[in-house]
Amino acid sequence: MSKETETAVPRLALRNASKSFGAVHALRDASLELYGGHVRALLGENGAGKSTLVKTLAGVYRPDAGTVLVDGEPVSFHGPIDARDAGIAIIYQEPTLFPDLSVAENVFMGRQPLSAGKRIDKKDLHDKTAELFRQLGVAIEPERPVRGLSIADQQLVEIAKALSFEARVLIMDEPTAALSGTEVERLFRVTRTLREQGAAVMFISHRLEEIFAICDHVTVMRDGAVTYNGDLEGKTNDDLVRWMVGRDIDQLFPKVESEIGKPVLRVERLTREGVFFDVSFEVKAGEIVALAGLVGAGRSEVARTIFGIDRADGGHAEINGRRLPNHKPTAAMRAGIGFVPEDRRQQGLVMDLSIARNATMTRMRSLAPAGIIRAAREKALASEWATRLQLKYHRLDDHVGTLSGGNQQKVVLAKWLATQPRLLIIDEPTRGIDVGTKAEVHRLISELASRGLAVLMISSELPEVLGMADRVLVMHEGRLTGEFSREEADEERVMRAATGQTKEGLAA
Amino acid sequence: MSTADVAIDRTAQGERARRLTEMVFRMRELGIVMALLLLIAVTAILEPRFIEFDSLKDLARNASIIAIIAAGQTMVILTRNIDLSVGSVLGLTAFFCGDLLSNHNTPIVVAIVLCVLMGAACGVVNGVLTTFGRVPALVVTLGTMYVFRGIAFVYTDGRQINAETLPDSFLNIGTGTVAGIPTIFLIAFVVVLIVGLYLANYRSGRELYAIGSNDAAAKLAGIRVDRRVVAAFVACGALAGLGGALYAARFGTVDATAGTGYELTVISAAVVGGVAITGGVGSVYGAAIGAVLLGCITSSLIVLRIDSFWQQAAVGALLIAAIAFDRLVGLRLDAALRQRSARRA
Repeated sequence: MSKETETAVPRLALRNASKSFGAVHALRDASLELYGGHVRALLGENGAGKSTLVKTLAGVYRPDAGTVLVDGEPVSFHGPIDARDAGIAIIYQEPTLFPDLSVAENVFMGRQPLSAGKRIDKKDLHDKTAELFRQLGVAIEPERPVRGLSIADQQLVEIAKALSFEARVLIMDEPTAALSGTEVERLFRVTRTLREQGAAVMFISHRLEEIFAICDHVTVMRDGAVTYNGDLEGKTNDDLVRWMVGRDIDQLFPKVESEIGKPVLRVERLTREGVFFDVSFEVKAGEIVALAGLVGAGRSEVARTIFGIDRADGGHAEINGRRLPNHKPTAAMRAGIGFVPEDRRQQGLVMDLSIARNATMTRMRSLAPAGIIRAAREKALASEWATRLQLKYHRLDDHVGTLSGGNQQKVVLAKWLATQPRLLIIDEPTRGIDVGTKAEVHRLISELASRGLAVLMISSELPEVLGMADRVLVMHEGRLTGEFSREEADEERVMRAATGQTKEGLAA
Repeated sequence: MSTADVAIDRTAQGERARRLTEMVFRMRELGIVMALLLLIAVTAILEPRFIEFDSLKDLARNASIIAIIAAGQTMVILTRNIDLSVGSVLGLTAFFCGDLLSNHNTPIVVAIVLCVLMGAACGVVNGVLTTFGRVPALVVTLGTMYVFRGIAFVYTDGRQINAETLPDSFLNIGTGTVAGIPTIFLIAFVVVLIVGLYLANYRSGRELYAIGSNDAAAKLAGIRVDRRVVAAFVACGALAGLGGALYAARFGTVDATAGTGYELTVISAAVVGGVAITGGVGSVYGAAIGAVLLGCITSSLIVLRIDSFWQQAAVGALLIAAIAFDRLVGLRLDAALRQRSARRA
């Protein structure tokens, strides 16, 4: 720790904080301090506990153990408003603004300057807003509506809002994730200005080069615990990556050997403007291909576009050499694609319907000659798959919502397997599934591949990617930045590609 | 490209984006004014008597009550809620007003104030059930629409108020003029102006827009969302109460069915006038012009001796056109923004 901060009292600190959600320890004994006039980076993989830590500082969560300190005094926030009143401003990745109102109104909502008779003094409102933007050194008109502003400009509106109530601590949650190069530069200029004015800033980012460009201190998290907390000076990329990923992969992944056949899926220069660009790859029969990367890299969007949920602006996908029409999920289904979405509860299942109905939904037509579903056929088909996937259930008539997460996922799998697909796309196969059932889902996927199914798996969990995949593709900011065979792939390589630390990535 | 060039390019881009959005924001009210003028022009060409002064006065009177209630409805819709009970509140208060004046010799001003208070009380019921009961406003006010109408039936007990029993000075509000302009129109004008100024210039008014625009952000900004929503319902109910009193003054004859179906006309007026049903966008001025436009359609179809059946079809078509227009503009904007951010990346 540098000399001048050693003696100073931190503006905002977290001491030995822990927070659990059910059996998940999101935060274990985490401590960190934010000093005025300094910028701290918060680093960690997806699920390392960064958001929980930020939300604890923001007053959204209350820690189960440990304390939040403002100027060295322990405080207890009862909500985001308390944290704001203590001078803590959080700038989320997706700004929380009023799109229909003007920039100035967004900055001063609820605190607009008033003239006689409690009328809003519009001139003063606009002048004050203009003054804030002048301090920040950016040109945004106070009168214009927020709708139509870029994410970068919206973040600046959020920063202006923070300044307007004299926030002394500014926490930015992945502010650069959606910004272009020049926008990042402008944000950094603003951040340096704030630092000079004595604000304490915390900066969450996955882009290591950005962290070195702007930060004084760094806190690295892994599995809810802080693995490094101190000066950034003298540290290298390798140090940071090691602290981020240095966990043991001792979990067992029951990878079944399978014979890899001909290509089933070919994706050719697929592009969706503003989301992902020029994505090309293949998935062969019997092969599990993992699509790795950070949240927001565009992986799910690629999958959605292949399946035809989103429209492609360029390029196309082929199944067994036959081109899929753009934006037609029914055609994708007919061509033999199954799609297990990321959000099981919203998109994968109809929660209020029975297990049997959910499991057979894709085969509804064949179960319903003359348009009336034959309950007996439905049950027979559902119970067949329930047995094959070792589904744990009480009765097939029960709501699917009564099942555990892992068993719900099996129902989604059953639904697609009943269509006898050639390609299965699975987005985050084990999200929200307990450890025991996870291995079962993994075994199932692996077995399916060994029987010749082509699998495209999107996963944010590195051990899952490394344990399951025959080949790993890595995306960073909408582009493929790495491809590794099972032998080549390791945590550091994948993480490097995912954070844009490759030759292509650095040029972006 | 040098930094200066980039800066210029960026401001030029910003300028274009600003013009685009500004145009869209203005168009909402501009479009409806154009439609109104077009309708008047076409009708006047086909039937010149349409723009005679008496005819226009009648038009203004017809639109006034709808405009007043639409002003209240606008406040509720801005918060992304809706009040379907305004027609029933109008029926209840219209009979209440007539009853007070015919059978209890209440002074006119007192009777009107009591109507406004009764409407406000109905608004409290709607607002509290919606916010603290966490029931969607659509369901709550659909229920209270029947409840208030039911109360009106019980209260009237089959009776009817007739113009002969009402004081002339009261009826004058509905049918008379001040300096040649219909009194009721002046009242509507003042109400719309006051609500419009309030929404534009006072914190609590702006907060209604904020709530409808982004509910979560409004809570984060420290806005007491529930209180504001209740207040909007109360204001809407109060204006429906005022509308009830004016209904009695305008038509003289009131029974329990007064104002049946008004809720849909009022909501149509607001939506046609550019108040987004999804909240956060629109103005009472737009809603008031919408009320005039709807009134104008009715009158012009009568003047042109077209079957009244077509009137409803015309209103329906207009509504769909207004909503389709909003949606189209929204899609265009989204597409433009997506392309723009793509180019920058």
